[in-house]
Amino acid sequence: MNPEPRGPAPGPGGRAWRALRRNPPAIAGAAVLAVLGMLALFAPFLAPYAEDAIDRERFYHPPQRVRLEDLSGRFALRPAVRATRLADPQRFAYQETSTIQPLRWFVRGDHYRLFGVLATDRHLFGVDAPARVNLLGTDPSGRDVLSRLLHGAQVSLAVGLVGIALSFSLGMLLGGWAGYLGGRVDDVMMRLTELLLSIPALYLLLALRAVFPADLPSGQVYLAIVMILALLGWAGLARVIRGMVLSLRRAEFVTAAEALGMSRLRILVRHILPNTMSFVIVAATIAVPGYILGEVVLSFIGLGVQEPAASWGNMLAQARSLRVLTSFPWMLLAPGTAILVTVLAFNLFGDGLRDALDPRAVPGRASR
Amino acid sequence: MPTFVLRRLLRLVPLLFGIVTLTFLLLQLAPGDFLSSALENPSFSPGAIDALRHRFGLDQPWYVQYGLYLKNLVLHFDLGLSFSRHEPVATVLGECLANTLLLTASAALVTWGLAVPLGAVAAVRAHSWLDRGLSWLAFVWLSIPELLSGLLLLMLAARTGWLPIGGMRSLDWDTMGPGSRVLDVARHLVLPALVTGLVPLASRMRQMRASLLDVLRLDYVVTARAKGLDEPAVVLRHALPNALNPLITLFGYTLGALVSGSFVAEIVFSWPGLGRVTVEALLAQDTYLVLGGVLMASVVLVLGNLIADLLLAASDPRIVHES
Repeated sequence: MNPEPRGPAPGPGGRAWRALRRNPPAIAGAAVLAVLGMLALFAPFLAPYAEDAIDRERFYHPPQRVRLEDLSGRFALRPAVRATRLADPQRFAYQETSTIQPLRWFVRGDHYRLFGVLATDRHLFGVDAPARVNLLGTDPSGRDVLSRLLHGAQVSLAVGLVGIALSFSLGMLLGGWAGYLGGRVDDVMMRLTELLLSIPALYLLLALRAVFPADLPSGQVYLAIVMILALLGWAGLARVIRGMVLSLRRAEFVTAAEALGMSRLRILVRHILPNTMSFVIVAATIAVPGYILGEVVLSFIGLGVQEPAASWGNMLAQARSLRVLTSFPWMLLAPGTAILVTVLAFNLFGDGLRDALDPRAVPGRASR
Repeated sequence: MPTFVLRRLLRLVPLLFGIVTLTFLLLQLAPGDFLSSALENPSFSPGAIDALRHRFGLDQPWYVQYGLYLKNLVLHFDLGLSFSRHEPVATVLGECLANTLLLTASAALVTWGLAVPLGAVAAVRAHSWLDRGLSWLAFVWLSIPELLSGLLLLMLAARTGWLPIGGMRSLDWDTMGPGSRVLDVARHLVLPALVTGLVPLASRMRQMRASLLDVLRLDYVVTARAKGLDEPAVVLRHALPNALNPLITLFGYTLGALVSGSFVAEIVFSWPGLGRVTVEALLAQDTYLVLGGVLMASVVLVLGNLIADLLLAASDPRIVHES
């Protein structure tokens, strides 16, 4: 045993935190998620251009390399890219010229509102107009892939997180209500979840999507996708929560609360459901990738976020053509990598969280 | 056992009825009626549309339409007409279902063909670098969405030209002999089957590993080793058959995913299966076809679970008596 300073025994939260800290992959996952969150939050500032800014001179432009050298190959402190010119308009082949375009910091560019309120036109980096810099290349309309990726991160992450928040609230409330009240309510609720679970998820996704018009205005599309994802996911959770509540409702603290004359909804929400929280948090973390992929699949088949708005799903959809796959791979690799990193980070973090919050886990097992 | 089977079958009736009702109601909420896409289609004359409208009761309130739909479904197994394909929905779906089953059956072959040997190797060499490497690989693979692995394989196919990049048949299918037809479909099948089959690989591999590890600890394995049998014979002839036993019941549960599992691969590789046709129907606002597709997928899922339960009951009599 290593000598540890004596203090008050750690509560469940403190214990979980300790277990989590001893799990490097989980910490790495959490760090990546924090970075992703910041990238999405500051997307319009970090992105050099607006998501729908078209450049007719630069269709299918390949990613540009940032160099720390001048023309003769000597080291230069200021990062720069080389200007390019269209060498072959048929195949969209570009050639580097000998003009150096230094990257400038905090340049003026497209107008946007940071966090939806702060109106500004400053971007983290850029090159002197009218030249453009495309670190991840451009798409068939000459839009900057990096900018679209960052703006798309906002959509894909927000839709996933809001979707899961709605769906899990619904699942907890309905499942908890069924388990607590029992009887007829329970029967009806369980038959309903059985019904929803017997339709394969992706087909239910299609059926739910059919309820909304195919060509929704972009603002309502987000709302529709979130609602679809929420309705899709609550049933499975509701069944688990119901089972947990079923065993909790005979607990003494519930009887005590009932004796005090509290309303049943209050007892459920304030006293019973908090006991399921550690399970719900883990389940939600593990389920997030599924929600993000729900949006990606919907947008990929053309029924989700519509152009010119960017989402990871419709960026992938653009990359499906034979021409892109053979000649312009960055259009697939950029959103693909973003999705992969996000899913992997959520899985690593979720796994670590499950090990940390599981009270049955042997202490120290997580550090293996 | 017969009463158990009968009871399970009877429980299916309200469930299937519920699925039809729910899907029908959802599509009733959809904007436009079942014929709005046909209205824009110049190949339908206004008179023909009115006739169709009357035949399907589309000029009636929704509950009459629902009654008509149910009646046609139960009495004639008629799922309505696909307005975008000018064919009965049942005909369209039957063909797609066959294509999907071909794909998912091949995918299952990929899954089990890889999971059993890999899981067995991981168990025999438990806690070695090979075992750790395999489980790590499985974790990473589990994190790659099908959509991505599909698109990456598609890119590989497009760049190398080794395999066709989607569809189920080549353009010159009609002029081919039977032998080259089989080969042609098989070539088209490789990538989608790989994408679909690799998804459940990680968990199947883990289960195989755990199962074989359990068996390898048993006394009779020790006996086999003690009497001087060499290790391959111990593992392959004595341990493996018993380790496979629990996996056979598990196999039943994959039946349910037989249709829905290939949804993403069908879309990425343009495989003319149930998922792809349902998506196309939705995009074309071909409502009866969407309804039929969702229905068909659900029926297969429900039936698959039923068969799995029955298999489980057949292998473990306690289940029949407890329920």
